[in-house]
Amino acid sequence: MRANYILKLLEKDERLDGRKLDQFRPIAVEKGVIERAEGSARVKIGKTDIIAGVKMEIETPFPDTPNEGTLKTNIEFAPIAHPDFSPGPPSEDATEIARVVDRGIRESNSIDLEKLCLVEGEKVWGVFIDLHVINHDGNLIDASSLASVAALMNTKIPKYEDNKIIRTEFVGKLPVLHTPINVVVSKILDKYIVDADKEEEEVVDAWLSVATREDGYVCAMQKGGSKALSLKDIDYMIDLSSKKSKELRKHL
Amino acid sequence: MAKIKGIELIKDGKRLDGRKPFETREVEMKVGIIPNANGSAMVRFGKTTAIAAVYGPRLLLPKHLQEMDKAIIQCRYNMAPFSTDERIKPGTSRRELEISKVVRLALEPVLFLENYPKTTIDVYVEIIQADGSTRVTSVNAASLALADAGIPMKDLVVALSGGKINGQLILDLNGIEDNNSEADVPMAFMPNKKHITLLQMDGELKHEEISKLINEMFKAGEIIYKKQIEALKNRYSE
Repeated sequence: MRANYILKLLEKDERLDGRKLDQFRPIAVEKGVIERAEGSARVKIGKTDIIAGVKMEIETPFPDTPNEGTLKTNIEFAPIAHPDFSPGPPSEDATEIARVVDRGIRESNSIDLEKLCLVEGEKVWGVFIDLHVINHDGNLIDASSLASVAALMNTKIPKYEDNKIIRTEFVGKLPVLHTPINVVVSKILDKYIVDADKEEEEVVDAWLSVATREDGYVCAMQKGGSKALSLKDIDYMIDLSSKKSKELRKHL
Repeated sequence: MAKIKGIELIKDGKRLDGRKPFETREVEMKVGIIPNANGSAMVRFGKTTAIAAVYGPRLLLPKHLQEMDKAIIQCRYNMAPFSTDERIKPGTSRRELEISKVVRLALEPVLFLENYPKTTIDVYVEIIQADGSTRVTSVNAASLALADAGIPMKDLVVALSGGKINGQLILDLNGIEDNNSEADVPMAFMPNKKHITLLQMDGELKHEEISKLINEMFKAGEIIYKKQIEALKNRYSE
């Protein structure tokens, strides 16, 4: 019933909460919310609430990149966040979101990973982004990506001495070179919307997540949803996503 | 496979394996290769080989997973431990879990799921040898296996990858190109209406490069589409 109402409104270019089709809910970004983490941020988009924490750990580099630090992104659909979330191993959806967010950061060369090498081939800094969903009201991808980049910008590298991490002293900030921003554009009927909330997501036909860098390059994309898209759809969605990414970047 | 610094992947307009930028590798397709399955197929792009089997539509159990008004697709993409240079640990990785999902979604738009309530259509894909573009090879194999299973489809699903190496847009990335590319864009679509059912991208591309690549993939997809039809016809002409 509610779904039909959403569709009916969309025919008139209207949404349940009165937003325009290309309008985000109010966005709040707060950096440095977790003192024990090397970097952190909490992002709220409407009622969606996510905390990103960055931990720095000593890792062995991958054999093919012996002089680069590592990056790992993980998301936890904590059971506190939604009645449908239950404890257990990460679901398919959680895994997809973590990988979509990870790719935006990785492929845009957001972090200068070469600066995170301690001993080539042996020891490098590992950057672990952990996303914790506190309340799920849709658009977890945009919120996660914004929280991740905000947390990275806020991350300090601890001192490393005599094979020990001294977490109370810092040698500098994490070298962040680029700020990729993910914006998901969703197609419902023949309309395109941004920042779909949970109820709207239930009726989305197809979506496209686009990560855009500040220089306009597209660094990652992912299509989702059970319906197909045309090239015309995709061209329109990339344009809208890039445009909105500029708006979101101002919150960093 | 490792990333190689400063590698020249394209020289005088030719790629390392001698292909032109928009040329695909040798493609082989065979339908009906697993007697036990309702439908099956093997698809090979160069050294990348995928085998797909379809079981169903069959009753979905446990019951609480059933949808009252339609079938669901359960899809698993899996790489054999021996399919790459370094052995792959058995068990589902994050990468495999995600690919299973996008492959499933690539197939969903062509099926009439509402015709088979409470059932599942199980699509299993095994990569027995990997040399880049494994997910799109999987989609081609799954498309053929579904058709072979006699499940009505709105269209076949054709898939291939595009990308960019040394500043040049290309099609059908092999392993070394995949690992050293500036961008890669796997795509699946329904050829008759050019409806895109899978699209991913990573790397760095301008918007107009993405559109150009998609158009090139539509073009090359015509050939793959013909090969799929040919493979299906061959199944019954032997």
